[in-house]
Amino acid sequence: MQKEIIISGFGGQGVLFAGQVIAYAAMDSGKQVTWIPSYGPEMRGGTANCTVVIADQEIGSPLVEHPPLAIALNLPSFDKYEAMMQTGGTLIVNKSMVDRASKRNDIQAIMIPCNEIAEEIGDKKLTNMVAAGALLSALPEVSLQMIEAALKAHLPARHQHLLPKNYEALRRGFEFAKAQVQ
Amino acid sequence: MAKELWKGNEAIAEAAVRAGLEAYFGYPITPQTEVLEYLAKRMPELGRAFVQAESELGAINMVYGAACTGVRVMSSSSSPGMSLMMEGISYIAGTEVPAVLVNVMRGGPGLGNIAPAQGDYNQAVHGGGHGDYQAIVLAPASVQEAIDLTVLSFDLAEKYRAICMVILDGCVGQMMEPAEMPEMRPVRREDWDWNTDGKMGKRERRILSSIYIDPVEEEKTNLRLLNRWRTIQANEVRYKEYFLDDAEIVIVGFGTAGRVALSAVREARAQGIKVGLLRPITVSPFPYEVLDQLSGRVDAFLVTEMNSGQMLEDVRLAVKGRVPVEFYGRLGGVVPFPDEILNEIHRMVKVKLSADVHPRDAWLERMAHA
Repeated sequence: MQKEIIISGFGGQGVLFAGQVIAYAAMDSGKQVTWIPSYGPEMRGGTANCTVVIADQEIGSPLVEHPPLAIALNLPSFDKYEAMMQTGGTLIVNKSMVDRASKRNDIQAIMIPCNEIAEEIGDKKLTNMVAAGALLSALPEVSLQMIEAALKAHLPARHQHLLPKNYEALRRGFEFAKAQVQ
Repeated sequence: MAKELWKGNEAIAEAAVRAGLEAYFGYPITPQTEVLEYLAKRMPELGRAFVQAESELGAINMVYGAACTGVRVMSSSSSPGMSLMMEGISYIAGTEVPAVLVNVMRGGPGLGNIAPAQGDYNQAVHGGGHGDYQAIVLAPASVQEAIDLTVLSFDLAEKYRAICMVILDGCVGQMMEPAEMPEMRPVRREDWDWNTDGKMGKRERRILSSIYIDPVEEEKTNLRLLNRWRTIQANEVRYKEYFLDDAEIVIVGFGTAGRVALSAVREARAQGIKVGLLRPITVSPFPYEVLDQLSGRVDAFLVTEMNSGQMLEDVRLAVKGRVPVEFYGRLGGVVPFPDEILNEIHRMVKVKLSADVHPRDAWLERMAHA
């Protein structure tokens, strides 16, 4: 088993952290994992992305050209990674930041209003966790329970009070995506 | 100890601390800065020395001074910064004091860019500083290897009173992977017979220098370094093998280029192609012997690097024209994808290969027509 995930959006949308949370969950469940950020001369408002690879055996390339799984939190990311997706892949799209439907019919594009869901929960910054939850619907190797446990285990003490809302964001994203697929 | 998710650069810093690093001197440069940033906080916590020097020149000469006292000392930088350190590196080599240096390589030459590259292979392996010396050079491909080889580098540097460099590219420096740290070793002050740590009226005066005004004395020093290097060559070669037992084609790649090749090798194996991978861990001393042996039983080699074929020349020296050696490289900070290497494997299976054309020329020719 090997799964590659690209998570992309504006700097500040929590793209790198969302990838780390998934990486922690994979590590804690005994999988091999790599997480690598884009580390160009980016600044706030620019684009950021990270690649997470999860596997049962020693991971070769930490980068992937055609991911089977991706999250696009804004329009530039949607434009870029929609074209690069593997046939049959699943792309989680933040519908709140995108004004068009997917152009590809050989991938599954799950359109989810991450910003609005995050705001309903009460914190705009949870956009990334809504999207991460949605991604889990296409990543059976990492369960909601595993990712919640990873958040609890690796979030610093000063942020532990944020856990319930993060859990809610993950679950709302997961359920929205599952409902859309059905 | 349980595995934690470590970023390559920070993992190197913590590994050095656990190996007993007593003094660090450096200057920030992407994609290496997290080593310095981590140690800026960690070293003072432990009452150890951390100095952000005024420049790389300052840093390497502070390393030189501290190394003369016999403590475990390190600096780190990225390509342009390493170039600035080369004079000091030569002085450290000529003085025969141990030092650990980390180069998180980026695109070059010149200011280049901050993307992952392997263009400093020749600088690290075949020289850099002036004069007759050689450094031990280790090339990790993962965060765990970066940790293990950082610890090893301190032991090797001390054992041979030599420079031990850890070269990695920005990929390994910036990547996070689950990894296990070694136990914290206590800081040891060895009672060396060479270090200048104050004689305190207890012993003869010692002088450490790289100056040998009399050429005959300098020649003796050069020969001493050379003989020590022969011992290192005989004892310290390290590499990792993948699927070599029945391999007909062998890929040779270090660091990130090596691990990207592993993905291509697995894919080719799934298609029934008998291909293996040799990933040098010590690029200096270079694993000539295993390549020499493989040359007698495989059909061809493919060297993959994130440079224009610097290690390629060392592979060719080992293979001695007995079988074709092919080359595939990406330059300037571009990281190859596994499919590019898989395409090369497919080509090598299909086409009749020749050992007559220089592999770099043949590769350039292919690139021009791609």
